[in-house]
Amino acid sequence: MKTDNQRAWLLVLPVLVLVAFSAVIPLMTVVNYSVQDTFGNNQFFWAGLEWFRDQLHSERMWDALWRQLAFSGIILAIEVPLGVFVALNMPKKGVWASVVLVLMSLPLLIPWNVVGTIWQIFGRSDIGLLGYTLDQLGVDYNYTQGFYSAWATVIAMDVWHWTSLVALLAYAGLQSIPDAYYQAARIDQASRWAVFRYIELPKMRGVLTIAILLRFMDSFKIYTEPFVLTGGGPGNSTTFLSIDLVKMALGQFDLGPAAAFSLMYFLVIMVISYVFYIVMTNLDKEDGQ
Amino acid sequence: MAKITLQSLAHTYVQDPKGPEDFALQELNHDWNDGEAYALLGPSGCGKSTLLNIISGLLVPSHGRVLFDGQDVTDLPTADRNIAQVFQFPVVYDTMTVRENLAFPLRNRGLPPSDVQDRVERVGRMIDMTDVLDRRAAGLTADAKQKISLGRGMVRDDVNALLFDEPLTVIDPHMKWELRTQLKKLHHDFGHTMIYVTHDQTEALTFADKVVVMYDGRVVQMGTPVELFERPAHTFVGYFIGSPGMNVFDAKIDGTKAQIAGTRFDLKTGYKLKGGATKIGVRPENIRLGDHGLPARVKRVEDVGRHKIVRLDMDGLEVAAVAGEGATIPDGGTHVQFVEGGVNVYENDWRVAAENEQPLTHDKKDAA
Repeated sequence: MKTDNQRAWLLVLPVLVLVAFSAVIPLMTVVNYSVQDTFGNNQFFWAGLEWFRDQLHSERMWDALWRQLAFSGIILAIEVPLGVFVALNMPKKGVWASVVLVLMSLPLLIPWNVVGTIWQIFGRSDIGLLGYTLDQLGVDYNYTQGFYSAWATVIAMDVWHWTSLVALLAYAGLQSIPDAYYQAARIDQASRWAVFRYIELPKMRGVLTIAILLRFMDSFKIYTEPFVLTGGGPGNSTTFLSIDLVKMALGQFDLGPAAAFSLMYFLVIMVISYVFYIVMTNLDKEDGQ
Repeated sequence: MAKITLQSLAHTYVQDPKGPEDFALQELNHDWNDGEAYALLGPSGCGKSTLLNIISGLLVPSHGRVLFDGQDVTDLPTADRNIAQVFQFPVVYDTMTVRENLAFPLRNRGLPPSDVQDRVERVGRMIDMTDVLDRRAAGLTADAKQKISLGRGMVRDDVNALLFDEPLTVIDPHMKWELRTQLKKLHHDFGHTMIYVTHDQTEALTFADKVVVMYDGRVVQMGTPVELFERPAHTFVGYFIGSPGMNVFDAKIDGTKAQIAGTRFDLKTGYKLKGGATKIGVRPENIRLGDHGLPARVKRVEDVGRHKIVRLDMDGLEVAAVAGEGATIPDGGTHVQFVEGGVNVYENDWRVAAENEQPLTHDKKDAA
């Protein structure tokens, strides 16, 4: 007998509810704010695309964006080669392999704000090991006052926190290379560099793509660590997009501009990640020819 | 090109071996003559790949020495041994073109570009890949990749030896014949010392001048295909080579008389035996069915096209015999006879020569 009803749709309902509350409704709230203005008292007025125009011409937003791009660029340029280098030098098997793996994973397990606190103390010139040592060596180091000190600390902190991720992914890629490749390279009298260039690097490309994508997206959204460490200072020198956004939305309670800002922020991350993904998969396809 | 000598060579993967069972390779002394083509034949796990990797230096033996033309190379790394080796599974450098892959070993040795060009072209023709030389190696099929691996092995012509570790496993059957022919031609043209590891007897017998049969970590026999076939030195060789393998029966031997399964018969010659467990081995090809001999019953007949394989039961012992395609096979009871000269006697699984034994007169060409 054929049952003719639409009750099967009920099975989809939990997913719809979940997605609605976790993504669609919050996003639409932001969209809602971005096209309205308020003078308090929960009274809103239609503002159209005014906030978007405003933000696109805001020097403050562009500064934060360039700062953000510079930060992501620098940490990628350090973490990827460093992570690969570390992975190449990790023991391949035995007890030490496990020990090293555990040690490498430790920074990844530490919460963001704890990492910020660790480095905040580490860098203090009165009680912090790093700050004190640099101070004694006569280096002009003060992350709360100096632009370069602040940037160097923020970058060092990110490298310390996340290089392990790249290293572990690269290590996984290296472990999947069959011994025969290394043996063939020895037979062919390949140099260490050639082994890296023609065997290890091509075999690691897939995992490195993922590592770069993850690190880019994550660093582009960075908030907690620099916020705890420098609070965005000195001045605005470490005010990255997220920090600026929070300042605007919660500090100044400019909901409209902040909403417009965050939508554009979201689009930028999506576009860059998408372009990156397309480029990488196209490279893969070329290989398949 | 070099003569390769193995002196008291043995290998164990265990830290402190307790006895022979801990050795992947039992102690062995062996010469691989300069310019000969050898096949190393044996079942999986018999130590043949271990032996090959020791020769190429990928593995340092736990005991003994390896000499190239009298020079001790035991501790010399692979790169300094000037050896070419092709592995079971294709290894290609994915980001390079086929041409670059083939040129890689030459460039690493700093050969002038014009020489590299010539040799790559030559090898490209040999493996029939001239039209894809400029394509990326990554997208090719498994057997094309293996042809590249073979090509990389053959591209250097000053190597001390060319080693093949079951290189044709992933290749299409019709291509196998072609590549094997190419390898033989290469050997003929350049006279490299070649060692070819395989578990496929046809491959071994067609490729090599001399076949080295390994079993359980030791070399049980080295000989020409004819020797292996007619006079297997160990019951394992008899069983492993030939299809079906040799019939091996427990036998009592007393002077020139033998007894299998309660039936006595005349061996026509004596054997110098030391009182160990004796067996008699007879190839299925050397068994005739007829009116007299040892009584047996036909169990079933397998027709393989060119001939028939008759499976018999001889008082509880399994016997295989080869009969011509046109032969009529009796139903049920019959008798088994051994062709004269086709009987091998074994004591503790090792062959014992007959007192009047003559050296084999055939050379390899007759057998093929």
